[in-house]
Amino acid sequence: MNSFANTPHSKPLETDRRMVKVSARDVCVRYGDKLALKHVDLDMECNQVTALIGPSGCGKSTFLRCINRMNDLIEGASVSGSLMLDGQDIYDRELDPVLLRARVGMVFQKPNPFPKSIYENVAYGPRIHGMANTRDELDEIVMTSLEKAGLLAEVKDRLEESGTGLSGGQQQRLCIARAIAVSPEVILMDEPCSALDPIATAKVEELIDELRQNFTIVIVTHSMQQAARVSQKTAFFHLGELIEVGETEEMFTTPRHSLTQGYITGRFG
Amino acid sequence: MQLLPLVIALLVLTSIGYYLGRGRALTMAGGSSRNLHSLPGYYGFYVALWCGIPAFLVLAAWLAFEPTLVRALVMNSLPPSAQALPEGELRLLMNEVRQFAGGRSYGREPSEIVIAAAEYYTSLKTTGFAALIVFSLSLAVAGLAWGRKRIHQQLRARVSVERAVKVFLIISSTIAVFTTIGIVMSLLFESIRFFQAVPPMEFLFGLNWSPQTAIRADQVGSSGAFGAVPLFAGTLLISLIAMTVAVPVGLFSAIYMAEYAPSRVRAVVKPLLEVLAGIPTVVYGFFAALTVAPFLRDSGSVLGLSVASESALAAGLVMGIMIIPFISSLSDDVITSVPHSLRQGSYGLGATKSETIRQVVIPAALPGIVGGVLLAASRAIGETMIVVMAAGLAANLTANPFEAVTTVTVQIVTLLVGDQEFDSPKTLAAFALGLVLFCVTLVLNVVALHVVRKYREKYD
Repeated sequence: MNSFANTPHSKPLETDRRMVKVSARDVCVRYGDKLALKHVDLDMECNQVTALIGPSGCGKSTFLRCINRMNDLIEGASVSGSLMLDGQDIYDRELDPVLLRARVGMVFQKPNPFPKSIYENVAYGPRIHGMANTRDELDEIVMTSLEKAGLLAEVKDRLEESGTGLSGGQQQRLCIARAIAVSPEVILMDEPCSALDPIATAKVEELIDELRQNFTIVIVTHSMQQAARVSQKTAFFHLGELIEVGETEEMFTTPRHSLTQGYITGRFG
Repeated sequence: MQLLPLVIALLVLTSIGYYLGRGRALTMAGGSSRNLHSLPGYYGFYVALWCGIPAFLVLAAWLAFEPTLVRALVMNSLPPSAQALPEGELRLLMNEVRQFAGGRSYGREPSEIVIAAAEYYTSLKTTGFAALIVFSLSLAVAGLAWGRKRIHQQLRARVSVERAVKVFLIISSTIAVFTTIGIVMSLLFESIRFFQAVPPMEFLFGLNWSPQTAIRADQVGSSGAFGAVPLFAGTLLISLIAMTVAVPVGLFSAIYMAEYAPSRVRAVVKPLLEVLAGIPTVVYGFFAALTVAPFLRDSGSVLGLSVASESALAAGLVMGIMIIPFISSLSDDVITSVPHSLRQGSYGLGATKSETIRQVVIPAALPGIVGGVLLAASRAIGETMIVVMAAGLAANLTANPFEAVTTVTVQIVTLLVGDQEFDSPKTLAAFALGLVLFCVTLVLNVVALHVVRKYREKYD
């Protein structure tokens, strides 16, 4: 996976020793006339959790949704600049967004399991991508995904029950299992814990840390503590601009920019 | 009858009661509503209710019972010779009395008895009404005074008024329920009379429908068979054809409008489709009988098929067009109410638009769609005008859509139209058919509403 060489690095960041999975250069997003994201340069590395933080409306969710082209679904949204996944242009005209989304999975703010059985929820992705030829292979994928999402023990006796009958935290882990099932390389998480109670949040955070072994994770969060707990790298957005990016530990102890300091110490946001 | 001035007078008294009550409450509170338990207006309503309700109740009771009472009194005053008359003639006599009292001549010179009775009748009416005026007005004034007297600062007028409003609402809904019960009862009693003449088993499972009963014993072609199966089969056939047209067209147009159509197209197409629901069924009937049926017959003959000019197909097709808006608009509602997050989740996993619709949106909306389809089916079964005009009267037991069939509703119409005696099984059969129809559509509606409600519980 030598994507690093292909990445058009204009200004190398200090974390060069790791492999860059997703690389954004000069990314701007417009909703109609409004410039929602201004000239963002950001690298997201393999097997790392990158946290995007910032006050509401700062563009962090917008940036996240650029990575799997979910912004395509919004009328009037346009993206410029370059976004590379393993050195391949995400916004290439030839690239099929459907295939891209199989490589870049997404977990949403509110748990949104389909009104189907738990099994069918996880099997949905592998089915539409034709990943399993036999029922046994499909079973295998579903079980591994539930296992990786830390949900298998809780639901293995009731795989045929509806996914909407689970608790909020279980639903969110089901959605993570559903995303894992298509074997993505990157998982995007848009405030995955904002609708969960503290115990469910702790479980999901633990899970995120484990998933880092196999996936590249980008997470948008409103909670500074969460960013500090789960991420290795943090990017601070403000009014559509990327203000500061760096190692999480560094960022939370010695922020370089006064805006960052103001936000993480709770003076605004 | 001077009823209107009385009603107006009562209303005026009631509104005076409102202002008096409100004013008194304010005076007692020393001009500031802060010292009162409720807002001043509630005290006004409190007095107005005390003033109006008893008086109007008396008025209603008088309207309901006065005619019977006066009639009984007049009857009692008649000389014994007249009272001994048979029922029918007595009724005629009473009619004559009423007519004469009203100043209308009955065609012949009235007898002594009638003149005397009419005078008594008129005097009863006048005194009765005078008594009503005095009684209801004094009741209103007394109620006003009583209500006004009861007002003090701590009176919980709001609670009383809210309770009165609740009672009023309960009465309103009870009226609707009792009307339904009344309709069912009238159907039921006439049906029971019918089933005394024709056994229910023969009616429900008989294969031969020919309701012309013989008046003379030697009449031809009046067998009087009441086997309703051909009617049920005809209804079913036409409804099936209608649903075959309406379900796919309605559902697909709903999917297009909810998922694919740009908002400008949707804003035009949706109202246009709903215009279909506003066309009177009689007009659909013309369309079926004069345009579709001849067209089907002619194209049939080109293809070498024999299509009757009143075919089940023509009626079914047009009925299908009629119920398209039902299905499309209900389905559109449930499809758009499927949460957006489900679609996002599916797209996020790399599903295409049609995969998302097929595998996530439609299954999630299915209960609502099924509910809509069932409602449309009950509409199709109960539809009358199109089938009366286009489906024909021949009670054929057939599954061939090119032949003429008849439906339950058509037979009810033909059995009851024209001069009919209400004691022959022929006429009573209409009520039995109506009862069956009512039961079927009731069950369909209950099931449909249940399904729809279950779906609602899931997402709200």
